[in-house]
Formats: sequence, structure tokens, C-alpha cells
Amino acid sequence: MIFAFDIIILVFLVVAALISLNVKDLLSASMIYGIYGFLICLLWAEMGAVDVAFTEASVGAGVSTVLLVATVFNTRRRSSD
Amino acid sequence: MLSKVFATIAVAITGSILLYGVSDFPAFGDPHSPANAGVPGSESVSLYFIEESYKDTKVPNIVTSVLADYRGYDTMFETVVIFAAGMAIFAILRVVGNKEETAAKAAEEDSFTNGDHNRIIVGTTVRIVVPVIQLFALYVVAHGHHSPGGGFQGGVILGASFIIIALAENLNAALRRLSELNYVRLAAIGIFIYAAFGIMAQVLGSNFLDYGALQPIFMTDGPEMARSHSMLGVEIGVAFTVTAIMFAIYANLASRGQLVKGL
Amino acid sequence: MAEFIHDHIQPYFNYWVYVIIMMIGLWALIAKNNLIKKLIGLSIFQTAIILFYVSMGVKDGATIPILGHHGSSPPASEHRLFEDLDEEEPKKAHGKPVDHHAADDEHGEDHTHGHAGHHKTNPDLIANPLPHVLMLTAIVVGVATLGVALAISQMIFKEFGSLEEDEILEEIKASASDG
Repeated sequence: MIFAFDIIILVFLVVAALISLNVKDLLSASMIYGIYGFLICLLWAEMGAVDVAFTEASVGAGVSTVLLVATVFNTRRRSSD
Repeated sequence: MLSKVFATIAVAITGSILLYGVSDFPAFGDPHSPANAGVPGSESVSLYFIEESYKDTKVPNIVTSVLADYRGYDTMFETVVIFAAGMAIFAILRVVGNKEETAAKAAEEDSFTNGDHNRIIVGTTVRIVVPVIQLFALYVVAHGHHSPGGGFQGGVILGASFIIIALAENLNAALRRLSELNYVRLAAIGIFIYAAFGIMAQVLGSNFLDYGALQPIFMTDGPEMARSHSMLGVEIGVAFTVTAIMFAIYANLASRGQLVKGL
Repeated sequence: MAEFIHDHIQPYFNYWVYVIIMMIGLWALIAKNNLIKKLIGLSIFQTAIILFYVSMGVKDGATIPILGHHGSSPPASEHRLFEDLDEEEPKKAHGKPVDHHAADDEHGEDHTHGHAGHHKTNPDLIANPLPHVLMLTAIVVGVATLGVALAISQMIFKEFGSLEEDEILEEIKASASDG
């Protein structure tokens, strides 16, 4: 656990969360949610939780992004907010 | 607009209460916090796992041994939850019947694939990459005792390899390799394998999921190696279910439950 | 200044950011109009809770919860893993340690061979595995339930032709007043 590394990732994490919730294009929102998942995976790897980081890398950054994109393709891409 | 004002007020109140509560927490990374070391008089159970799990099970990865052995009952029903989620999506989304429309759509899909030359490059690349991904997934499942990994991670990667086929070519190409009947079967078999290990232990006169009792079946020196081998079996069961359900969720979501064409 | 950061900010900074992330997710759940945005908010809320759980198990200077092949720690931090060796290190700095008792010799041998049969593992130097186990299954179950939620939102889109909450509510009101 390195404090400087922690600060950088956590700041990026908050920024990624805010952008993915405020961007109006839902496809971009899904992709930025994937970035958010990957940053969280980095944070866990840094905390020593390697198994959790591995799961998050495959689930959060991989499968859940694909599921969101699949739904966005089958519904509407624009969002009002 | 009113909802935004209300949300901001609610979030501000909750957030300030939580921030106030943080000041009473043990410092971040404190090895002697109650969660890590327990309180005086009652030791944290994690200390037992760190000190004794290798002697009990001969598995170096403590997370795997706690996941599949000490908390095996929990993990079994987590797997059942994943299975139930897959079945729920089947119940919500799956459209059965209307064969003509489905066939017409499939024909349209075929012409689309044949005419699109971009998919040749992506499809060929994926065909080369997918075996490597699947081999890695099997490694992750089998090597979960010694390195990060196990049934959940390996299952998700194996499921993702089928999703990649569906993305690069089309959903039918992936369904030819893992059809709907087969993935539902695979999901059920996974849970059955997990439960079978528990019931075998019961038949041999011990508690449900007490793998030490399986020693006569694995013909090992002591109950430790029997527990280690059973953990591998259980992880394989978990990997089956997770693989099948991850692909099932994608297949249903991408095709609005019709299981043709895909994205 | 550096001391102030070390004493008052470093121990709590992570927890503050978790609260902020959690509140971002909660705000999105209440205030956002689009159902997909609500689901992303829900996932962010969930990851904040998982982050909090995992950080409960963090120990300063600890290694990952995977032991070496003889039940010892990975080789890189081996010399730190045994409580008794920490006391031995200063002696070694002075050159060859004096033979007090046989036990010390044994420690030295174990150290060089990486074989740690009769040492007690120091739990302060291995991260707490219990939160990892609990959260590992939570993540996978989380994606399965996200799939169910997305399936339901697809059905809502099929029924009402929209994913915006206000439009759906208007549609429901219109159909209620018709019937």
C-alpha cells in the first residue's frame, strides 16, 4: 500500500465515476464505467487483494461493460441527463 | 428538478453522517484493528485462517481454501444465486416460438456476415486468440490453489471467450459451439458437482461439505490432500455454472431473448 | 506539514473517498432520469461498499494472502515473516552471531533453505483473507444481478418505448386514466 499511488487512483476513480454518470451518450457512459472498473481493479491489486482484483478485471471491466453495451444497442443510445 | 434537490439534500445528510463516522475508524492499514486482529478476549477468525489453513488443507492460496472449504456452504449458495439469476433472465427475456420470423432473421444475418469484409479480419483474429483465452481460463481454474484464480475467475474468462466469438462473428457462431440446451445443462451440472461433493461427504459419515471424509475416494495420505483435491472439484463445478450463466446472460441481452443475430 | 498529513489525513483519506464514491452512486440512483444511468450508479454504490470491505483487511507492509510452497511466505519477504527473525537481524549486522542456543542456529538454517516447518507465520505480514473471500463472490453475484436488471430494463423499453423515468411514468398514468 503506497499512499501516493492511492491518491492518484482514488482521484481518477472519482473523476471516472462522475464522467460516466454525466455523459449523455450511454455508450460512452458504459465504456467509462469499464475504465472505472479497471481503476478499482488496480486499487485492489495495490491493497494486496489479488483474487478480488483478478475477479474485478474479468467481471467489472470485461463482462459487465459488454452487458451494458448490449443493452444500450438494443434500446436507445441517447439519455436525457 | 425537485428530485435533484431532494437527492442532493439526502446525499449531503447521509454523506456528512458517514464522514463523521469515519473519524472513529481504526487507521487505514492498521494490522491490529478489530477486523484484522479481533478484540481482546476473542481473536479474529482470519488469524486462524492465516496460521492454520495450510496445515489443514495444504493449499497455499488462503483465499481459495477459505472460499471452497471453510466457507463452502456460502460459496455453494452464491453459485445457486448466479444460476437463479441466469434462469431469471431466461424467464424475463427469452422469446420462444415464431419460427418463421426467426428463420427470416437468420437468413438476413447470413447475408450480412458474408457481405461484410471487416468481419473477416476480426473473425480470424478471434479464431486464433480464443483457444489461448480458453487455455488460460482452464489454467486459472486448475492453478487456483497456488496463484490468484479459481472457479469464479476462470469461469468468467471461459464465458468471455464465447462472448468474444459472439461479438466478432455473430451470436449463431457462438451458439453453434455452446447451444442453449447445452449451457443450461452445463449450469445445472456445475451446481450438481458442487452438491455431489457435499453429499459424498455425508454418505461417508461426516458433515455436508466436510471434504476430509473423502479421503478413501481420493486415496490420499491424509485428510489434508483430500480437502485440497475436493476444492479443485468444487472449483470446477463453480466454473461450469459461471461459464454457462455469463454466456447465457450475454446471449439473451444481446438478442432481446430471440437468440439470433446478436449485436 | 508532513506529520500532519501522516497523522490526520493518511489514515482516513481512503475512507473519505469511499464515502464520496458511495454518495455519487446514491445521488445517481435518486436523481438520474435514465434507467441505465441508475444502474451504473447502483454498480458504483456497490463497488464503494466492496472497496470499504476490502480495505478493512489491509495491513501496512503486508503481502498478498498466498503462502509459499511449504506454507511459508513468498521468498521476497521471507526474512520479515517470522517474528523471531526480526530480533535476530541486528545480531547478524555485527557479523557472525554468537552461539547462544541451538534454536538460533536452526532459525538460520531454515532461513537459507526457505523451509519453515516449525515457525509460526506472523499474521501481521499477510493481508486479511476473509474480506477478500466475502467480496469475491459478491462481485460475481453483482454482475449476475446487473444482468437481471438490464434484462428488466430491456423489457421496460419494449413495453413503453423509452428508458426515461418521467416518460415511463407519464405512459403509466395515461394508460391508467384510459382504463
